[in-house]
Amino acid sequence: MPKVIFKFDNDVSTDTIYPGRYMATVLPTETPQYCFADYTELNAKLNSGEYKGGVIIAGENFGCGSSREQAASTILGHNLIVIAKSVARIFMQNAVNLGLELITCPTIEAEIGDEIEILPDKVINKSTGKEFEIIPLPPARKAIIEAGGLIPYTRKRLLEKMK
Amino acid sequence: MGMTIVEKILARASGLQSVKAGDVVEPAVDVAMSHENAALVINQFFEVFKGTGIEPKVWDPDKIAIIFDHRVPAESAKTATNQKKIRDFVRANKISRFHDIRSDEGGICHQILAEYGYVKPGYVVVGTDSHTTTHGAFGAFAFGIGATEMASVWTLGSILNVEVPETIKVVVNGKFKKNVFPKDLILYLIGKITAQGANFKVIEFHGEAIKNMPMSGRLVLCNMSVEAGATSGIVPPDEETVRYLREAGVEEELNFLLPDEDAKYSQIVEIDASELTPQIAKPHTVDNVKPISEVEKVHIDQIVIGSCTNGRIDDLEIAAKILKGKKVAAGTRMLIFPASWRIYKEALAKGYLQTFTEAGAVIMNPGCGCCLGVHQGALGDGEVALSTTNRNFKGRMGNPKAEVYLCSPAVAAASAITGVITEPNIGD
Repeated sequence: MPKVIFKFDNDVSTDTIYPGRYMATVLPTETPQYCFADYTELNAKLNSGEYKGGVIIAGENFGCGSSREQAASTILGHNLIVIAKSVARIFMQNAVNLGLELITCPTIEAEIGDEIEILPDKVINKSTGKEFEIIPLPPARKAIIEAGGLIPYTRKRLLEKMK
Repeated sequence: MGMTIVEKILARASGLQSVKAGDVVEPAVDVAMSHENAALVINQFFEVFKGTGIEPKVWDPDKIAIIFDHRVPAESAKTATNQKKIRDFVRANKISRFHDIRSDEGGICHQILAEYGYVKPGYVVVGTDSHTTTHGAFGAFAFGIGATEMASVWTLGSILNVEVPETIKVVVNGKFKKNVFPKDLILYLIGKITAQGANFKVIEFHGEAIKNMPMSGRLVLCNMSVEAGATSGIVPPDEETVRYLREAGVEEELNFLLPDEDAKYSQIVEIDASELTPQIAKPHTVDNVKPISEVEKVHIDQIVIGSCTNGRIDDLEIAAKILKGKKVAAGTRMLIFPASWRIYKEALAKGYLQTFTEAGAVIMNPGCGCCLGVHQGALGDGEVALSTTNRNFKGRMGNPKAEVYLCSPAVAAASAITGVITEPNIGD
């Protein structure tokens, strides 16, 4: 079961997730090395693989700011799950398009080390026994997730169009 | 029931009679803009075609705009290689609206789109840049998307699975006092509704203060709407929209889509422009806004005037008026980067650049410059910047141990002379 590896406050911007100075690096295979680069300890433990598949807990407006898709691909590269009280629009769309597990959970309470179980409609903090309701993704976004991301979804639509 | 402007635009672009907030549509795109991050778009675009047996081809090379601005001229081999890859793609795909690193066509993407008249009322505009909201100033529905989404647009010419957003109506009446500008209005609004107050929503601007506002000011309002989380800002098109676009060389007939009287809004915010004073966004969120009278007179290491928000000719004019015959304070440095080369040359002809250099300011080439701290004008540990740009997030100007305050060009210029945050006092 995944554990909470880090807790952030409100308004975590894309400059925190993937600092602008690394923006010339664009490929999803290369972006993970700069994940939360200014949080040096967190970044080191991500790059060593220690935090792989962990859970990040965040407050309101996670991913605010730039449209840089590196912010989603850098987190995805470490297989992290993000549980935030609310999420900024472009970041949410990028996460959906790439297949990053991003959960909107306005009441989430969890501390570093807590074990988290994620169900379709709720998050369970196994360490405290508390349950928290999830705000489901809008149906428009579910179709993209079910197709395996925006690239396969677009490919499917392209093939339909060419028929 | 009546429709908002964005509902009307999305209905038109989706071939529907009407739509309402929450509907899912697939609007056709009129302008698809990218900058250096086109390098990633190109990668994702080829991914889409992989295994299909179909030759990768963009849907319409005349509707794609690519403008180099984030790192110009290239600061590293990596950026230069990305730019080269993009140039090759542009040539192979015959993309007509390409603006390279040249003083006869270059500048910040959002300023170029405006100057060249690429955006018209009623258009659907997407850009791989969050400040694509800027183009709502022309009565278009303009919003930022990621690179993979752009690859999908390049392939199909439409945006898949868009939810029609709700709209917040902001009504601004009254007249701005002297020394108060559209930047102060938008900072005030962001402070009032918060950095996520308009998340997933559109901000539609109304009222006599908007009606009387030139296009340059409307561009400021829509540009920073995203800092309240908005999908887009939008101003109903009018005579000012026509004036600007005609001057930009647009000759075709313009079709206005205007909101219905009985359009449904999720919220209405009223602001009296005459009560506004200069506003400052303090570190490290754009909604941490205070009137300048309540902000401590902190020492400023770096003053910045420029960006897609406030790097236009009227911004430089105000700054030049304040700095004429004055000096930038010792212990403070001032960086100025015009939003485009056209503006640069106009400022040169009008003597503003002379005024700035005599004052001790450094003029930089048009581009995104120090706004995102990747290229020029990074801050040292513990340093403080006062900037006319749009973001003050931790690390924004290249250093998480520095602080950024945001303000209007008038406040920036007045503060350059004193070296501390200072209220401007422009006479008649």
